Amino acid sequence: MSTATDTVPASGAYEPGSHPDLAPPPGTTGPIRWMKDNLFSSPLSTVLTLISVYIVYTVVTSAGSWLVLDAVISADSREACQAIDSGACWAVIVSRFNLSIYGFYPDAERWRLNLAFILLFVALGPILFDNFPARKHMMKFSMAYPVIAYFLVVGGMGLEPVSTHLFGGVMLTLVIGLTGITCSLPIGILLALGRYSKLPVMRMVCTMFIEFIRGVPLIALLFVASVMLNYFLPPGVEFDLLFRVLIMVTFFASAYMAEVIRGGLQSMPKGQFEAADAMGLTYWQAMRLIILPQALKVSIPGIVNTFIGLYKDTTLVLIIGLLDVLGIMRSSLADPKWNGLAHEVYLYTAIFFFISCFAMSRYSLYLERKLHTGHKR
Amino acid sequence: MIKTISGIAAFAAAAIVSAGVSAGTLDDVKARGELNCIVTTGLTGFAFTDENGRWDGFDASYCRGLAAAVLGSGEKVKFVPTTGKTRFTALNSGEGDALFRNTTITMSRDVDLKLTFLGVNYYDGQGFMVPNSLGVSSAKELDGASVCIQTGTTTELNLADFFRANGISYEPVAIETNEEGQTNYLAGRCDVYTTDASGLAATRATFDDPGAHTVLPEIISKEPLGPAVRQGDDQWADVVRWVLNVVVAAEELGITQANVDKLAKGTDNPSINRVLGTEGNFGELLGLDKDWAVRVIKTMGNYGENFDRNIGPSTAIALQRGLNAQWTDGGLMYSPPVR
Repeated sequence: MSTATDTVPASGAYEPGSHPDLAPPPGTTGPIRWMKDNLFSSPLSTVLTLISVYIVYTVVTSAGSWLVLDAVISADSREACQAIDSGACWAVIVSRFNLSIYGFYPDAERWRLNLAFILLFVALGPILFDNFPARKHMMKFSMAYPVIAYFLVVGGMGLEPVSTHLFGGVMLTLVIGLTGITCSLPIGILLALGRYSKLPVMRMVCTMFIEFIRGVPLIALLFVASVMLNYFLPPGVEFDLLFRVLIMVTFFASAYMAEVIRGGLQSMPKGQFEAADAMGLTYWQAMRLIILPQALKVSIPGIVNTFIGLYKDTTLVLIIGLLDVLGIMRSSLADPKWNGLAHEVYLYTAIFFFISCFAMSRYSLYLERKLHTGHKR
Repeated sequence: MIKTISGIAAFAAAAIVSAGVSAGTLDDVKARGELNCIVTTGLTGFAFTDENGRWDGFDASYCRGLAAAVLGSGEKVKFVPTTGKTRFTALNSGEGDALFRNTTITMSRDVDLKLTFLGVNYYDGQGFMVPNSLGVSSAKELDGASVCIQTGTTTELNLADFFRANGISYEPVAIETNEEGQTNYLAGRCDVYTTDASGLAATRATFDDPGAHTVLPEIISKEPLGPAVRQGDDQWADVVRWVLNVVVAAEELGITQANVDKLAKGTDNPSINRVLGTEGNFGELLGLDKDWAVRVIKTMGNYGENFDRNIGPSTAIALQRGLNAQWTDGGLMYSPPVR
């Protein structure tokens, strides 16, 4: 085998079709060529490239020095931070990290939240991934998880009860978000089926519910939960505020979920329903075995979209005085010691939400790929 | 969901006997063993949570003082954080027993919203802050200026009144929260920032260069901030009113957190003795015991101590006493005598 570059034999030396591939002429490939083609192809392009490089450079260096190089991570107050260095004062996050995670939950009981959080992943594993070890048995645990988590978080069964007004921070965000997400999917499926039902009363009730809830902003529902319900209840009766909020958030998400799933149901060809009927399946069998698996698959992006929307909407509870992760960090800004550190605090909250929402979105892509059965258009 | 079931059961039970009149708030609080105190979700120096999630601040201290008077401990408080929109309904619906949330006393709130205001714990007023570079020394020179203003507040209405009365024009820049106002003002999106003077001082204190900004001398409105309770429960209103008064009286009489225990053993000053319960039975008249005021002062300090600790000159907010000085020092803090 002779290398093509150094000694190229005369063209007649090879059998037709057996000529080895030659390397491309120098200067037509590689990073230099790519830059020439894409970055410096004309004077205008060259100027724009240089300007862009300059902008990126200044942004990266100034953001980098503010975020990292000049940042302070341990200090007692904003003044102390400023005395040390001129960058971001992450000390406010460090000193309030536990508060932002656990809220006002009693110190001695926080292990229960940690345990509930770890068990959450154990419970989610078999639901989310079908190659999970011992999936069948673990599924039983997943089904029992909501009950276990309820007792761990709220107390009872020998655990010290913790009043829900002590909930706050990330923990409150997760409680509201996860309850809303887990409850809204089944309720949403039922509502969508109800709206699609042949029974007029069922159809009317479901349609009215969906249209009413969708026609009202979430803030209005939260106000109803926090304010109006108390007027209807006799004085002295305390119907837990968090519980009222959970109901409203779940209703809200369910109505949206129902419409997303109805979209999936409508995309099913009529033949699928007729085939199910022809096989003599009952309504529930047909739905469970034929219609819903296909309809839900089509709806995955919409469902996850609703989940993410719901998860971020949980910050609205701030308006009715529940201190979720955003609320509790904002109340840190009112501490005279840390007053004026809005950038750090909002950045921290943004990162928290980005990580959780991005994870959800990635999982939905994985799910779509996994369930891809060649019907894609 | 045991809580739900018991909630529904309690609801049903209560519905059956709902004709029965509920006991006074004082008895309710004593029976519950916990005071539900309505505060803001966070206002610099007035109510905020510290690193351990403990509520602190000028207003939050009053909650602790009230709890100490009624229940014997300043820790027996459940803080109910509310926003400007939910505070009154939280009080009227019974979610909270008393409102200590930098609330301006106005006639309509007193009369129309069925609240009982018990006095003033902070006299505030709306002011203006401008950068020195604007070269303005009086609010009357602000013709044509753009003003950052929180929507839906009394400050918005005061601003319109002031500019109309002076025949000058302005351009409002609507904002929602104080932080938003601060950011917009510093970014130069408005020439002027207006809110209560205490808020301006707190905001200015957080600037990198506070000296480059001036709070103009004009105070264009009266913002008397004070606690409120539901209308129609005079006994409870009296308790809260006298907690409010007694800390002012304590400052006037020189009773402090440090010396209250010593003075409570009895002094030659009958005024002090009456406040601290060694003379007379004023505590019993309120439905409390005779040491109530001792506990209040031990928990939150007298008015001046509470002020200095949370918002006074030595803090980052650095507010002067001004109108909030004792009447003997030219201020408006004046407690009716305990006798």
